[in-house]
Amino acid sequence: MKIYEFQAYEIFTKRGIPSPWGEVAKTSEEVKKIAEKLGRPVVVKAQVLVGGRGKAGGIKLASTPEEAYQAAEKILNSKLKGILVKRVFVKESVSIKEEYYLGVTVDRAQKRVVVMVSPAGGIDIEEVARTNPEKIFKFYVHPLLGFKSHQANELASALTKDKNLVQGIAKILSALYRIFEEMDSSLVEVNPLVITKEGSLFALDAKIIFDDNALYRHPEIDSLRDLEAEDPLEVRAKEAGISYVKLEGNIGCIVNGAGLAMATMDLVKHYGAEPANFLDVGGGASSQQVGKALDIVLSDEQVRAVLVNIFGGITRCDIVAEGLIQALSKREMNLPLIIRLTGTNEEEGRKKLKGIKGIFLADTMNEAAKKAMEVVKS
Amino acid sequence: MSILVDSNTRLLVQGITGREGSFHTRQMLDYGTKVIAGVTPGKGGQQIEGVPVYDTVKEAVGDMAVNTSIIYVPARFATEAIYEATDAGIKLIVCITEGIPTLDMVKACYYVKQKGSKLIGPNCAGVISPGKAKVGIMPGSIHKEGNLGIVSRSGTLTYEVVYNLTKNDFGQSTCVSIGGDPVIGSSFIDILELFEEDSQTKAIVLIGEIGGTDEEEAAKFIHSKMKKPVIALIAGKTAPAGKRMGHAGAIISGGTGTAEEKIKTFQKFSIPVAESPLQVVDLV
Repeated sequence: MKIYEFQAYEIFTKRGIPSPWGEVAKTSEEVKKIAEKLGRPVVVKAQVLVGGRGKAGGIKLASTPEEAYQAAEKILNSKLKGILVKRVFVKESVSIKEEYYLGVTVDRAQKRVVVMVSPAGGIDIEEVARTNPEKIFKFYVHPLLGFKSHQANELASALTKDKNLVQGIAKILSALYRIFEEMDSSLVEVNPLVITKEGSLFALDAKIIFDDNALYRHPEIDSLRDLEAEDPLEVRAKEAGISYVKLEGNIGCIVNGAGLAMATMDLVKHYGAEPANFLDVGGGASSQQVGKALDIVLSDEQVRAVLVNIFGGITRCDIVAEGLIQALSKREMNLPLIIRLTGTNEEEGRKKLKGIKGIFLADTMNEAAKKAMEVVKS
Repeated sequence: MSILVDSNTRLLVQGITGREGSFHTRQMLDYGTKVIAGVTPGKGGQQIEGVPVYDTVKEAVGDMAVNTSIIYVPARFATEAIYEATDAGIKLIVCITEGIPTLDMVKACYYVKQKGSKLIGPNCAGVISPGKAKVGIMPGSIHKEGNLGIVSRSGTLTYEVVYNLTKNDFGQSTCVSIGGDPVIGSSFIDILELFEEDSQTKAIVLIGEIGGTDEEEAAKFIHSKMKKPVIALIAGKTAPAGKRMGHAGAIISGGTGTAEEKIKTFQKFSIPVAESPLQVVDLV
């Protein structure tokens, strides 16, 4: 789960990470007032849950309250990378002498938490990893010991020789690690951490991503969720216990299992069409779940055909077929439905579905994907 | 030979009294797996499907000479179950549970390894050596004994591939589902190493997906360390960046973990990559 910069900033400042003063605003008038109150140049930053805001024009410098107002006019209610900007974060502008990167994440291959620093701050860290991997310094945290202060000191020394700065950066690293561990995060990042011309340290950005699997033990984090920013169909699916991700195509997909769902989407694309969504009904694939899945997929107005690909393992295909028939009897269905059932009792399952108007039965995934392409292109 | 599980497997089911646990205990027994004990704290003394239930893993191991454990315990108690099995000296632990916090797994993986045990999963379908033993939730009937090793991050996509292989008379030595979480006990390489040493396995099918770099590491390993042929299938070519595709670990973050990158790595090392689950059969 992602949160906004201003939310992460609050968590950072509570933990003593030095950050320029800032306030969040929803209108240009509010932005102007904040800038007036501060009486110094500010940075107006779009609050959206995607990266690369600067390049996309979502971050603007303003020397006067009037300029801040103008900047907010441009950013607020505009679309940034396809997302409507509803809030901006107005922050005191600071003079920048140097920019560093600090981050904590899980290294999947090492199966450890890794604390990273880089003197190449202010740019995308993945970009640095590709072009200048030697500029990233890492410390792999012992799973049972945690991150000790002397380890933080040593890592910070990779960035600068200045002893005061090393101590300051080490303190920030320790605080970031504590946030990471105590709040079950998958990423905690400051990019950039700057040294000002006066020699002070400031976190100019704040980013936290939480581990969805651990939210059950952090109700305080769940309350930071912005439901309005999420796709309404994705929210509905989550409530029904269905994994659903909306995409841009027009072939709705209903599949059991995440891997098979991805493979089905890949095949749709392979045959020259575009999937409308990722959807995993879950292991059981009960008739109710299939019905709910059908409702969600049909709520997407872009969908022109629905492809159902179910592997009946322990759940038998004839039971899945009955579930589909039940689900269909409860709603009007004007779109072609391509069904592919495989596995236990597939013959019985297919027999039940044969001859129903609007249903195309396919023997293989490939045939189903091809058929779906044909019906939307015809 | 097969790997990990066979007719010598003496299985303990942790969480045996739960809905999933009891259902799959029946399924595994029907397949012929020697399910000899179960554990649910506070429910010792009962029998589930004729299998004696104990309060602790230690008691079960002491009484029944258990050598493998499978875990169907809910996510918030699952790492406790892993620690208990490890401390009782069980050398192979298969964790089916989905939804365990990643940082809990970081600690658990470290502990299991330190104690010299092997962990498969979590968030996996388990392990099956057709004709010998099924330690998992996969449908037993689609498998057939043979000499293909299968290793996969997914569940139903593996069934799809196995189903097509069996239909075309290609049997399997062992099918291992390693799990769809970011941090898992055994990676592709750990399983590939076992297949390379196994006399029954003649070729291997590796089924990967977006997220992380486990597939890339596997490709390098296959190229430099393996003599047996490997065929790969990678799911998620159409997955958008930054969105989790069902599995907690299936996410493209910061441009890494794409299917394209993984396929490219396999091709660089001349390892054939199937376009679709059906094409795996042709390549075999």
